Amino acid sequence: MTDLSINTDLVSGILIGFVREEVLKVGARGVVVALSGGVDSALSARIAVSALGKESVTAVAMPYRESNPSSLEDARLVAEELGVELLVIDISLQIDSYFAAFPEADATRRGNKMARERMSIAYDISATRAALVLGTSNKSELLLGYSTLWGDGAHALNPLGDLYKTQIYQLARHLGLPQRILDKAPSADLFQGQSDEADLGFTYADADQILYQLIDERRSPGEIAALGLDPVMVQVIWDRVRNTQFKRQPPLIAKLSARSVGQDFRYPRDWGH
Amino acid sequence: MAGSPPVQLALVQHQPVLGDLQANLDWCCEKISAEAAQGADLVVLPELSLTGYFLKDLTPETAVRLDGPELERLITATGKAAALVGLILESDRFSFYNAAVLISNGAIRHVHRKVYLPTYGIFDEQRHLAAGDQFLAADVELAGGASWRIGVLVCEDLWHPSSAYLLSRAGVDLLLCPSASPGRGVGSGEGELGSATSYGAMLRTYAELFTVFAAYCNRVGFEDGFHFWGGSRLLGPDGQILAGPLDDSPGVLHAQLDRGHLRRARIAHPLLRDERFDVVQHQLDLTDDD
Repeated sequence: MTDLSINTDLVSGILIGFVREEVLKVGARGVVVALSGGVDSALSARIAVSALGKESVTAVAMPYRESNPSSLEDARLVAEELGVELLVIDISLQIDSYFAAFPEADATRRGNKMARERMSIAYDISATRAALVLGTSNKSELLLGYSTLWGDGAHALNPLGDLYKTQIYQLARHLGLPQRILDKAPSADLFQGQSDEADLGFTYADADQILYQLIDERRSPGEIAALGLDPVMVQVIWDRVRNTQFKRQPPLIAKLSARSVGQDFRYPRDWGH
Repeated sequence: MAGSPPVQLALVQHQPVLGDLQANLDWCCEKISAEAAQGADLVVLPELSLTGYFLKDLTPETAVRLDGPELERLITATGKAAALVGLILESDRFSFYNAAVLISNGAIRHVHRKVYLPTYGIFDEQRHLAAGDQFLAADVELAGGASWRIGVLVCEDLWHPSSAYLLSRAGVDLLLCPSASPGRGVGSGEGELGSATSYGAMLRTYAELFTVFAAYCNRVGFEDGFHFWGGSRLLGPDGQILAGPLDDSPGVLHAQLDRGHLRRARIAHPLLRDERFDVVQHQLDLTDDD
């Protein structure tokens, strides 16, 4: 097993600086974080509080009537610990109204719709406060494509996107997040009793080892199997990474002119800031 | 031998699967065999026909070696004919080249490593690839006898007139120009893409001024929003288009090369005879002190 541990002082310093500078230099006043009750969003909010102060962080919990009630309790706990304002916006009405027309919709379809509803609300609230939406997707999720396109995958800034899930826990412990948040099983909470690791069919601890070898070390699946990691799981994960590449990209634009948005019109995102 | 039989040329507008070496290799081998079986003496495939173009991090994953099994298969598929195939070539020192390999009659006759790697606008080749450093010609017997002197220019190589000039100096009869040119510029009044207009002008100029045949084989299809416009064609040594251009769909352009045509063009316009390579050489050797 490769030691994936990080220097938490160094990393937290960089991430706090990242959020502070990228928010303030574009003239935004703060951030909006959708708190799910899980460790990722709690950590994002925690970093934002250190970066901007608790008055500049708005937390939003957006339960659906079938969400696990403990998720909302955990979101409240995090907001209280961090001392940030928490808005609770129940999304049951709009979700049920929409799916009344599609009673056959399965759990995935319903879960994705909820994730996009939450994104839409976070953006609406951010506009009322001149704030940016802060993302909570970690590197494991991003690489595995375990997110809803334009749902939880949509945000302005993401301090966590280059940390594997196992590293998220390490940093969360370091920054003193409540033990209850650290102890719970990771869940997208798209339906009751959902578990990331049951959905994926492997643990984040195992997946992170393989992802690290594939991505950071650029080893081929064959080379990784030679290290003693399960070759079937290596292939499953590599296929997942390849098949979800579109989720990590902006939309394709058909090239026509001499200079095209997204292709060879390449001003930096921080243009003018 | 102006009286030798014409060479049957097949320009294959391939649409490779991006990053799928095995699928593209299968397709190319089959196509080369089929064209050769139907009488083609020389089958030309576009730039990076084994891999697709915008490879980015797929570059090392899709590379082949000159002594690798992929080249063996291509040599077998080519049989007694000749073929030009575009691929990523890995060196012993783990550098990766955008290369075109000319195969004929059971062996590799010539390898051209693209010299000019575009790294501007939509292009990022120097991030991923090593650059070749020479333009050489190779003598290949085609159509059962006559020896043709062939030079290869891969896509961006064409945009530097010294490339074609050096191959002319090397005495080529035929320029093979495999390409993966993404279309851009829809505002031109020519009724075609700006990139197509540019290639048309360059090819005509080189064919006419260097009195050579010029075969342009561009790929088709889309990658990440980029449209490859095809337009494969054969130009004669007077600059006229002898066959094509094709449109932007997959297809094969069949054409003939006649050495008599080359002879007549060079009698009518003895530009090669009169070219003052010594003047060029002298002037390039001049230093600031001269």
